[in-house]
This record gives sequence, C-alpha cells and structure tokens, in this order.
Amino acid sequence: MTTSFLPTGTVYGTLLNFRAEAAALAPQMTEAPYKAPPKAPVLYVKTANTWSPHGSAIAVPASVPEVEVGASIGMVIGAEGDIEGFVLLNDLSIPHASFFRPPVKFKCVDGFLGIGPALRDAQDVADPAQFRVEVRINRELKQSIDFWQLVRPAPQLLADVGEFMTLAHGDVLMLGCDLGRPLARAGDRIDISAPGFETLSNTLVKEATA
Amino acid sequence: MKHARVIFEGREHTGTAHEFNGQADVAVRLGDGRVVPQDQLVWLPPLAPTARPRTILALGLNYADHAKELEFKAPEEPLVFVKGQSTLIGHRQLTHRPADVKFMHYECELAIVVGKTAKHVKRDDAYDFIGGYTVANDYAIRDYLENWYRPNLRVKNRDTCTPLGPWFVDAADVHNLPGGPMALELRTTVNGTVTQQGNTRDMIFDAPFLIEYFSRFMTLSPGDLILTGTPDGVVDCQPGDVVVTEIDGVGALVNTIAAR
Repeated sequence: MTTSFLPTGTVYGTLLNFRAEAAALAPQMTEAPYKAPPKAPVLYVKTANTWSPHGSAIAVPASVPEVEVGASIGMVIGAEGDIEGFVLLNDLSIPHASFFRPPVKFKCVDGFLGIGPALRDAQDVADPAQFRVEVRINRELKQSIDFWQLVRPAPQLLADVGEFMTLAHGDVLMLGCDLGRPLARAGDRIDISAPGFETLSNTLVKEATA
Repeated sequence: MKHARVIFEGREHTGTAHEFNGQADVAVRLGDGRVVPQDQLVWLPPLAPTARPRTILALGLNYADHAKELEFKAPEEPLVFVKGQSTLIGHRQLTHRPADVKFMHYECELAIVVGKTAKHVKRDDAYDFIGGYTVANDYAIRDYLENWYRPNLRVKNRDTCTPLGPWFVDAADVHNLPGGPMALELRTTVNGTVTQQGNTRDMIFDAPFLIEYFSRFMTLSPGDLILTGTPDGVVDCQPGDVVVTEIDGVGALVNTIAAR
C-alpha cells in the first residue's frame, strides 16, 4: 500500500517554458493560427480526474496507440502564496500538433497525471534551476531534463502567473515539459526520477472496455 | 428547491429561497429557520466544498448567434476550456476590472452541476447525472486574448471573474419547467438596461450532448460544473456597472464591477 502526495487545489500545467521547446515552435509563432508569440505564460489545467498516485496503473484509451510523457516538477503553493514544496509529475497527453485551442480532450483524460510520491519541502531546495529529471521507460533512459533551461525560472513563472491570477494554498504550478517528450504505450512502465526526490512510477495499461 | 450558501453573522449557513414582503426568492430561510433578506447576507457560490477541487468546464461559442458575432463559423466539436476553482465568487460580490483594459464583458451562462459520478454516459441517460443548475457570469477580458490555448487563462481564469449563483436549483425543478432546461430565456442587464437576450434552445451543443461528450474521456464527479456558453450581445463593462445575468426558473445573479 502506497501513500502518495495528492494536491488539494487546482493543478496548472505550463506550455513553452523550455528554451528548446519554444525555439522549435518559433518559426510558426507569427503564422496562423498563432500570429504572435505568447506574451504571458500559456497555462492549462490538469483536472482532478487526471490525478494518479505514484504506483498506480494509468489506462490508455483504446483509440490511442501511444501517449506523450511530459515529465515535470510542480511547485506546490503554500498558505502565504509562497512555494511550500516541489513534486514530480508525469503529465501525459494524447499527442496533438496544434496549440491554438485548449487541450482538454488531449490532457484531461482520466488518470493522465502521475503525481508524487512525496512533496519535497521547499526549504530543502537551494535553487530549482538545478533540478535534473530523468525519464525511463521500461528502465531505459529516454529523456533528461535540465531546469536551468527554463524560459521563465520558477520564481519568475510564479510572479508572472500572479500578475493575472492568485494561486491558492494547495494549487500546483508545473514548471513545464521540455522538447523530446518520449512516447509510451499500454504495458510500459514509466519512471520519473530526480536527485533529492523519490522516484515516481506509473504503468500504462489498456483501457478496460465497457 | 432553490438552495443557497451564505455567510450571516460571521458564520456559514446553507438555506433555501424564501419569499419576503410578498416577493418570491428575495430572502433565504437559513437551516435554523431564520428568514434573512438577500442584502443582509454574504453570498458564496451555491456549491458545497468537495474533497477534490471541482472541475469547471466552460464552453466557448456554443450559441450560433454568438459564434457569428465573433466572426467564427459554428464549431463542429465543442470548444472547451477549463477554469480553476479560485475564479468563482458568489452573488452580489465585486468583480475587478484591471486598469487600462479596453474590453471586458460578461457572459450569462446556464451552469450544469453534476449530481453523480458520470463516465461513458449515453445521451438518453444524461439528465439522470445532472444534480442541478445555477447561473454563471463568465467574464472575459478580451484585451488579453492570445492565440495559444485560446481562450487563454489570462482572459478567463482571473480572480473574481466568475460569479456563480445565487441559487443551486434542484435538477427536477428545472426539468419540470415547460420545455425543460433547453428552453430557458436568458438575459443580461447592465444598470437596468437589457443588453443580452437569448434562449438555451439555441445552444449548438445541448446539456445531454455535453454530458455524453465529456464523460467519454473524463469522469465527472458530483459538484463538477459545465458552463454552457453565452448568446449574442456582450458589451464592455466599466467600474460601477451593476450586471445582472438572469435565467428564467434558475435565478438572477447580481454582480458589480469594481476598479482595480
């Protein structure tokens, strides 16, 4: 039996917060449908039905051959609007090419956010820019993410989001997912690890047909 | 029955709509039996807190006339976005308009409150999963619209910008109205002048469709909200404006714009 941290507030994801990710899209930014680079952080919500504790199986819809693994770290907001701690996240998406409309049906699928296992106290973190996250699928290293590559480092992202909305105690703000997100399919085991964090593991399973 | 969640004498209460001086729904009968006029209460969104933050799904361009007004063709699939719970406020509260914005508008919307856990619900069964209805005013600040996950959260997820209420109306009460929930007149007044009028029958994607659509890929839980979009007639609102978004049979949600 695993007890895993789960948020008490709203979980917000952040798009385009890694330099390589932003650079890859830069040629399209001035074209339709975007027509301009974004001025403010581009956020989305991972609704509560997506939350999967560490160790749980996540169902992949039968209509989808593969899902995209968006490894990230979330800032968990404290009572004073400060950062209470950090948590590993496995932000799964159905692959999609357009970022014009909100990605609800691609990102709000049941179970599509692995969380945990434990909150890492913010006091134990000298500088979030030093985070390095590794993604393994079936124990094979697929991606390494360096958080000094953020477009908006953690404090700046928090401040820029705070310009237009108040993050409440228990809300989670994701730092973003880098380019090169690996794909995974039913049967795969995904491990997301970082120094100082307990590893987050989830397995993908086929959706049970009704 | 119309239910409210209010603060009176510093304490939170639940209550039901009550007549006062011969007028229906202008007071609340608290759980302890006291009847208190509307203006002596601090109103909260009429939804009990849930263990997990509720999911708030909102529709863009869900009325043919509004889609036309905004120069888009009617969508073939629902245009959906998600709001965080902290954007919600209650009846008779203040909504802040940032200084220097040029276009901030209300959106009068029928809000569906999910009544029981819903997954893979068929259209014909959808009404069984609706617990009730309320009125939402889903403000947008158009100055901040960008074409990334549009409508982006800076437009739609701001503090105080989603008044909800006054009442949570039991589903059966709305389903038993002539024509049911898909034939309700909506209107918005700004300082007493009607600026927006419509009818829920003009929705592109109606309530049963939306329950079926969402529950195909996500489990809906009791207390989750679906804001069903707004008809034609949105105008800019300025500090001091009193905006009333009203849906027949559901309620009249009063909100005042304040400078920030």
